Amino acid sequence: MSGTPGRPRGVQTRLATEMDVPNTFRAGPDDRGHFGLYGGRYVAETLMPLILEVERAYAAARLDAAFRDEFESYLEHYVGRPSPLYYAQRLTDHFGGARIYFKRDELNHTGAHKINNTLGQILLARRMGKTRIIAETGAGQHGVATATVCALFGLKCVVYMGVTDIARQSPNVFRMKLLGAEVRPVTSGTATLKDAMNDALRDWVANVDDTYYLIGTVAGPHPYPMMVRDFQSVIGSEARQQILKAEGRLPDALVACIGGGSNAMGLFHPFLDDADVRMIGVEAGGHGLGGDAHCASLSKGSPGVLHGNRTYLLQDADGQIKDGHSIAAGLDYPGVGPEHAWLKDLGRVEYVNVTDAEALDAFQLCARLEGIIPALEPAHALAHVSRMAPTMGREQILIMNMCGRGDKDVFTVASALGVET
Amino acid sequence: MSASSAGAGAREGRIAARFAELKRQRRGGLVTFLTAGDPDGETSLRLLRRLPASGADLIELGVPFSDPMADGPAIQAASLRALKAGQTLRRTLAMVAAFRRDDAATPVVLMGYYNPIYVYGGEAFCRDAAAAGVDGLIVVDLPPEEAEELLAPARAHGLDLIFLAAPTTSDDRLPAVLRHARGFLYYVSITGITGTASAAEADVAAAITRIRRHCTLPIAVGFGIRTAAQAKAMAGIADATVVGSALVSTIAAHLDAGGGAGPGLVDAVTGLVEDLARGVREGSATVTEMRR
Repeated sequence: MSGTPGRPRGVQTRLATEMDVPNTFRAGPDDRGHFGLYGGRYVAETLMPLILEVERAYAAARLDAAFRDEFESYLEHYVGRPSPLYYAQRLTDHFGGARIYFKRDELNHTGAHKINNTLGQILLARRMGKTRIIAETGAGQHGVATATVCALFGLKCVVYMGVTDIARQSPNVFRMKLLGAEVRPVTSGTATLKDAMNDALRDWVANVDDTYYLIGTVAGPHPYPMMVRDFQSVIGSEARQQILKAEGRLPDALVACIGGGSNAMGLFHPFLDDADVRMIGVEAGGHGLGGDAHCASLSKGSPGVLHGNRTYLLQDADGQIKDGHSIAAGLDYPGVGPEHAWLKDLGRVEYVNVTDAEALDAFQLCARLEGIIPALEPAHALAHVSRMAPTMGREQILIMNMCGRGDKDVFTVASALGVET
Repeated sequence: MSASSAGAGAREGRIAARFAELKRQRRGGLVTFLTAGDPDGETSLRLLRRLPASGADLIELGVPFSDPMADGPAIQAASLRALKAGQTLRRTLAMVAAFRRDDAATPVVLMGYYNPIYVYGGEAFCRDAAAAGVDGLIVVDLPPEEAEELLAPARAHGLDLIFLAAPTTSDDRLPAVLRHARGFLYYVSITGITGTASAAEADVAAAITRIRRHCTLPIAVGFGIRTAAQAKAMAGIADATVVGSALVSTIAAHLDAGGGAGPGLVDAVTGLVEDLARGVREGSATVTEMRR
């Protein structure tokens, strides 16, 4: 790591040696919320007692069988879990290599993996006696999933969304409103997901008594990265059982896209100690890593502190946060969950990137060959599968997380392809 | 007013010296907040140099950050103006060094977010800040739980790490907040962001009384104090009163059409500082009168 161009001075990193590799990759974070150098609780004092309250409440809920039962019951009957593990025969034949499976989290209620997390957190918020829920959203998927569970339990819901994202994800804005949520346009900063998160934090500081902040990804102050990972780990736990049933063995590789990283963390975590399972996280390469128009925080960023945690960030030499770009609004975040940062440094997970153009190709290929219109986010994962599968043997197994469906993206794709709708 | 028990260490720092002087004068202090480099480096330095004569007892200099999560619209806008004009942490330190050439006594505290400091490097930053004449640091998103890595270099270079307490900070938690606190304690008087709501005087008085049971450091009160009348009221309660958004809004109100410094900007800001300083002094006099 040392000598990486652009690494800020004073940031001490080094190659992970064998001595540093832990006995298990699944025990993090430590009791202060740190994954090695990353994670933590970098919030203003006003919020600190609230964060500690969430931590205590979640620690108790985690051990409570009634809480788990309720969560699992809603996952089954409301979300529609388990989601299928589907063998994508035609794509497998097309690429001519590894056997490709999709974990079909796009079939969940609301059309993405996001609801696994919002359901878990809303049950926690109710347990804590909170009556008002706030959330940030980029693509609108987390906003919709939050508005959905708020409607389900009759809680007031306020979603912060950058005006830039409101313009490009208008169907989701209307869905949130139908579900009874108030969508507050964010104009501060650069008016995208990071600014929506800033405004949500500002709301929370001003409404400390009745409000619960429902963060949508494996980022933010401890305990959020751990808690969101736990709720999303249902993806990997199911996939593990399903692949053992289908193939009688574990997969050779897992592939998932990374914005904040919650769908990837959910798929990867139950497999982290299976040394023979390769894991690849796919970041948004936007227009390519040569310029600034990408969101590859892990590939091109450097460690920093933002939104309550230390992690890899897109930033300049003065520590100012840079705005990324991706055609997939859900990947358009200049940071990434701290557990991914840790897994990157340890070398346990590989992180690669895919450009807008490659994702668009994969999007169309999947629609034509499998009859599945993927969201632009997992289209990034599929684009990497298209590179990787042909290099693998026909007996090898690859699972990709199909974490969202593409209904929300059809107009974006049409416009990118120059098609009039 | 209670004396600073901790923090003086080997040398009597400017912060401790100033609070001791305020105690001798039997009055509360005025702490002025401006964002470094707002609206541009040159104007910002001119403002900085005029503050002590206008009545600022301590100077808080905001370090611009792209994502100021604890700040309201006024200071967010100030941060963006400064960044757009090319302000960096390095330039902010140079600005303090330039100020120090004419003023050896007025304490300067940098206030900002952790990332620019972390990226600069904690040790290098504390060394350069101390050399520039900075006296203390308020790092908004560095609670005591995460402060360890900055504490050692700050101490080694004689910088006071100043911590925040808020209405949400319980009696159980105060000792943890105060354990490493130096210089003064910054009491955030509202649950909210800067420059929005104002706390009721009675609530602040009750909170300060509660905190003083745990705290021997001077206490400064900030967030939501905008007028000379409010400053006057706070002067009777706390050891110092912080005013930020009102000053920064005055800058915003005196920009020219292109967003640069307009005519009268510096005088408008220093005029407000003079008003606030009068308020603080009147408030202190009233209290002294009452206590007699």
